[in-house]
Amino acid sequence: MSSSKTDKFQYHDYYVIDELLDENHLLARQAVRDWVKQEVSPIIEEYSDKAECPTHLFKGLAEIGAFGPSLPEKYGCGGMDEIAYGIIMQELERGDSGIRSMASVQGSLVMYPIYKFGTEEHRKKYLPKLASGELIGCFGLTEPDFGSNPAGMITNIKDDGDAYILNGAKMWITNSPVADIAVVWGRDEVGKVRGMIVEMDWPGVSAPEIKGKWSLRASVTGELVFEDVRVPKTHMLEVRGLKGPLSCLSKARYGIAWGAVGAALDCYDSALRYSLERIQFDKPIGQFQLTQKKLAEMITEITKAQLLNWRLGTLANNGKVTPAQISMAKRNNVAIALDIAREARQIHGGMGITNEYPVMRHMMNLETVLTYEGTHDIHLLITGHDVTGLNAFK
Amino acid sequence: MNILVCVSKTPDTTAKVDFIGDAKKYNEEGKQFIMNPYDEWYALVRAMELKESNGGEVTIINVGPASNDPILRKGLAIGADKAIRVDAEDTDAFFVASQIAAYAVDNGFDLIFCGKETIDYNGSLVGSMVAELLNQPFISYASKMEYTDGTAIVNRDIEGGIEVLKLKTPFVLSAAKGLAEQRIPNMRGIMMAKRKPLDVIPAVDAGSGLSIEKFELPADKGSVKMVDPNDMDELVRLLHEEAKII
Repeated sequence: MSSSKTDKFQYHDYYVIDELLDENHLLARQAVRDWVKQEVSPIIEEYSDKAECPTHLFKGLAEIGAFGPSLPEKYGCGGMDEIAYGIIMQELERGDSGIRSMASVQGSLVMYPIYKFGTEEHRKKYLPKLASGELIGCFGLTEPDFGSNPAGMITNIKDDGDAYILNGAKMWITNSPVADIAVVWGRDEVGKVRGMIVEMDWPGVSAPEIKGKWSLRASVTGELVFEDVRVPKTHMLEVRGLKGPLSCLSKARYGIAWGAVGAALDCYDSALRYSLERIQFDKPIGQFQLTQKKLAEMITEITKAQLLNWRLGTLANNGKVTPAQISMAKRNNVAIALDIAREARQIHGGMGITNEYPVMRHMMNLETVLTYEGTHDIHLLITGHDVTGLNAFK
Repeated sequence: MNILVCVSKTPDTTAKVDFIGDAKKYNEEGKQFIMNPYDEWYALVRAMELKESNGGEVTIINVGPASNDPILRKGLAIGADKAIRVDAEDTDAFFVASQIAAYAVDNGFDLIFCGKETIDYNGSLVGSMVAELLNQPFISYASKMEYTDGTAIVNRDIEGGIEVLKLKTPFVLSAAKGLAEQRIPNMRGIMMAKRKPLDVIPAVDAGSGLSIEKFELPADKGSVKMVDPNDMDELVRLLHEEAKII
């Protein structure tokens, strides 16, 4: 019987979507898959079991170019297109959602805002070091009392000559306990949301780790606490309003839409293989109609999600993608991935609950992915708002 | 130092083996192809390391149709400076070696590397033929190679031990496990590969008169028979009467 100890993953492309990809996409996919098989699969169950972040993988992620792959080469980044970025996230999450989170926070939530809203000086100072993994970043938007409603944030800055004084607390921050810098969002004295680059060794900054997670156990999550932190004005990003953080979230959600398909593929692949090897009533369980129903529905949903991603990527490459389109893909793909993980768990029977196979780990991870970066329900309301023009949030 | 690395396209290790055309040709339909691992992980990576410490250029060469271009592009992504594809079907080892030798004669290389064999046909022929055609020494199954000022010390894996050789460039070497470690191309390398030259050149005449008559798959493995460890007579009977090996 095969187990996750040797990573036997094979890709599934039922609609031959590879024909819609170019040579770079396929090379990038194979490179990241090789890296995941070599570096992630052999250790992920152990780190997940210990609830420890394999921080040594930051360097490997940087070396393969998983940090900011679609940002320009002149800042040490990949200069690739959005489909390549999506494919990289898919392959990382095929390994583990926590590993993908390490990369998507660094790329989409730290490097992207510095590139988009930072000064040229910020870009030159931070982007090459973030791309090379010399610096690790995190993103502070969510607060203990303001998750789906970031507009209510109470973290604030007060003018103090050549600096602002930052006070507040952020919650559920991927990478914060190991980060060197944080992109932080807070209100200024006129109530506008402002973004700033905070260095974690500044006085008044702390990042206690959040323990006891049953999900994303191989990813480190923490708080960000700011007590009279003096932020030089030269560290402010050039954007005002929630559109700043929300544009970063659109980038990250785009990556999650692709990443979730990676987790779904791993669960399906494991279930398919198991169903052909596991004998009950003198035949492989894959020969039973109820198993086939599960497998057929899994590959159907995966194929639909792959097509959604390809189209979303094409729109993103053409600069035409809307945040609402990203919401639809994020919501759909994470939901189908979670359903597939649950069905795959059933096909694996009792073995499915052990770490001999990756499905229960993916399932637990996806419970987080379902609600982070915009909950399943909030994304539905974004689609509802988009099609009716009526805002259900207010 | 300028190094030529010969790279082949082989089916992925998980690809099914079946044949078409009266069992004369491998069925490529629906198969995944990769760069031959001995060429990629050991020959090309060691060439890259030598270039990094000694300067010069690494060229990769493949004999085959345009569908082999992704293999060359991957070699460029790993770090080769340029790629050459001899536009012809790679019918047999002599034909392939003749193309590589013809290109090498015209362009002059300090070293020519290839993998110790391809993982599909396992011929282990092209490297030695190239060396012969170029009238250069050939070292097979190299598991280590150090180079200083035109002289190389090469370890060859031999039965039960290692043979250590010393020789001057130019020469041809076939790479075995240990010569280097696999390098996964990174995203910058993949993007740079697009901008590197991949030149397609015509084949030279080199008919060998060799053709494949047919391929045969090994017989199916029979089912396992369990024999009681105390029943040696039954084991001997089965080995004699059914397996017919004693």
